[in-house]
Amino acid sequence: MKFATSPVLELQLPTWRSRLLIGLFFAAFCGLGARAVWLQGMNKEFLQQKGESRYSRVIEISANRGKITDRNGEILAISTPVKSVWAIPEAAQPTPTQLARLSALLEMPPQEIRKKLAETERDFVYIKRQLPPETADKVAELQIPGLFQRREYRRYYPGGEVMAHMLGFTGVDETGQEGIELAFQGQLAGKAGSRRVIKDRRGQIVEDMESIKVAQEGRNVTLALDAKIQSIAFTQLKAAIDQHKAKAGGIVVLDVKTGEVLALANLPTYNPNNRTRLTGAQLRNRAVTDSFEPGSTLKPFTVALALDSGKLGPQSMIQTAPGSLTIGSATIRDAHAEGMLTVEQVIQKSSNVGAAKIALSMSAESMAGLFANVGFGAPPKTGFPGEVGGKVRPYKTWRPIEQATMSYGHGIAVSLLQLARAYSLFTRDGELVPLSLTRVDGPVVAKPVISAQTARQMRHMLEMAVSPGGTAPRAQIMGYRVGGKTGTAHKQENGGYAAHKYVSSFVGFAPVSDPRLVIAVMIDEPSAGQYYGGQVAAPVFAGVMAGALRRLEVAHDAPMKAIELPAEGQEVKESI
Amino acid sequence: MTRVNFILLAVLALCATGLVTSQHKARKLFTQLEKEQERARQLDVEWGQLQLEQSTWAMHGRVERVARQALHMGVPDPRRTQLVQPADVASDVASDVASAVAGARAAPADSGAAKK
Repeated sequence: MKFATSPVLELQLPTWRSRLLIGLFFAAFCGLGARAVWLQGMNKEFLQQKGESRYSRVIEISANRGKITDRNGEILAISTPVKSVWAIPEAAQPTPTQLARLSALLEMPPQEIRKKLAETERDFVYIKRQLPPETADKVAELQIPGLFQRREYRRYYPGGEVMAHMLGFTGVDETGQEGIELAFQGQLAGKAGSRRVIKDRRGQIVEDMESIKVAQEGRNVTLALDAKIQSIAFTQLKAAIDQHKAKAGGIVVLDVKTGEVLALANLPTYNPNNRTRLTGAQLRNRAVTDSFEPGSTLKPFTVALALDSGKLGPQSMIQTAPGSLTIGSATIRDAHAEGMLTVEQVIQKSSNVGAAKIALSMSAESMAGLFANVGFGAPPKTGFPGEVGGKVRPYKTWRPIEQATMSYGHGIAVSLLQLARAYSLFTRDGELVPLSLTRVDGPVVAKPVISAQTARQMRHMLEMAVSPGGTAPRAQIMGYRVGGKTGTAHKQENGGYAAHKYVSSFVGFAPVSDPRLVIAVMIDEPSAGQYYGGQVAAPVFAGVMAGALRRLEVAHDAPMKAIELPAEGQEVKESI
Repeated sequence: MTRVNFILLAVLALCATGLVTSQHKARKLFTQLEKEQERARQLDVEWGQLQLEQSTWAMHGRVERVARQALHMGVPDPRRTQLVQPADVASDVASDVASAVAGARAAPADSGAAKK
């Protein structure tokens, strides 16, 4: 049968059937189209997001905290990763053997771990933070379920107690809490970033999608500190404090050419790497945050003011006999009566009566002006946290006796750092140098306060004070000319002065021909018999200065001959 | 017309395969890059730890202790120290050498005597 003659072709079906079919097909297409519009148009974002979340991940990009280095690039503070062990208490159920080994590794009693794991209502409990990576690996080998590790950073200080007060430290979350770590927190801190990536089923990153936040590494800070000088200063100070059974002490080494703080140490101190059981006394950065009555180390300022005003010359005579001076109801005394002294000798022999007489020949206003100009009474603005400005009372309230005692450093309080800086006046031909904790590479702008001629005269006087006829022959160094002034002050206690508690100090500079360094030493309550600044603080100065000048390769400016010390009992005792 | 279509289809298939391959390659390379970057981070950490170790060992207090106690060293007396000025180095060395030579010429008789 041929196709054309097939009877089926003759068959007439009702037209509605084909129409219905077409209609159904059309409706189905419409349905598909609507669905497509719905998914592609209306719900696109939501679905794409859902899809991406199946394979894309946001990853944290960690940023390191910057390093702190000394002026020569030696590392003083650095962060390295450590592990913290945490647990989901509900899931973590170690066997007794696992618990015993864990407690041995973490150096924690098993009861304490068990107590932490008993807090089942919490999802996250730190078992121990900041473990060394090796210990953390051993903990991981125990394979305790529900126990996890988390990477954190910990700050290490290779210098330990030697640099502790200068550097300060950071907390567990790596924010600065003291010292340089706090002062330069903004620079040192890194900002963690994040980015979105595509991961495959093996967890490998296969594509970078977008950077959500760019990570910012913390910047390094280069300090003015010289690690070697710091070490010398610390060792010498410690030896002196042990020898004289002192309560505390501080030392500051300044480069007067640049105003950089080359070393700053205090005792008692602490180990910043292990800060369990810290006391306030250990934490205190005395040289910066404590002010004290400096005693005779302040005399040169009064004398400099008198010379600068032209009222007196270095050779002008001052009558200090009979060794005491009564102003109102108070009497100022010298250690022993000297009679007529030149202004130079007032400094050399450290006569209180002489200094008081010079002070009283000047107006209170001009003295207060000088104190303000050399930075007493105002914080030195180094940026160091907690720095103090000392105490200088407004000059309008000064009584004559107060003006007289201030000339030899009583009734006025300054910090050791301020005192060291003020001495830059004599070393820089009358200019006060701005202080810097960070390395200075360019020239510095210093503030002129007294004339260059006065500064030169003062240098000569201060050199005399260190000679065998002065109060501090023990501050001499072989091969260098040295200048400086001792200070010995009674400590203030309960509103008065304690009879047998002293603060011994020495501030000096070298080499006198072209001063490079100022070193200020303060020793609090030496109680092994000796307490004069010339006996206690001056030898520390000499030791540190000799070491520091060697380190800086400063040329000698004096012949190499043995240091002359006065015979036993012939030493000039300074007035307190 | 049909031939052109077939050619285009072939080109399309080729392009599509190329795209897939290059994407795959890119991802492989990227994984490698990530691994290397991770390694760089690891090395950086290690470097930090080594720096820390170095500066701990090289701390001045420790060096001084070792030098004094174990090696019995000390700071030379300033009288035995001579500072050399950078600018004078050349002339100093020259004059030192000259005097040494002169001394050596004058000395033979003495040193000969000493040896005997």
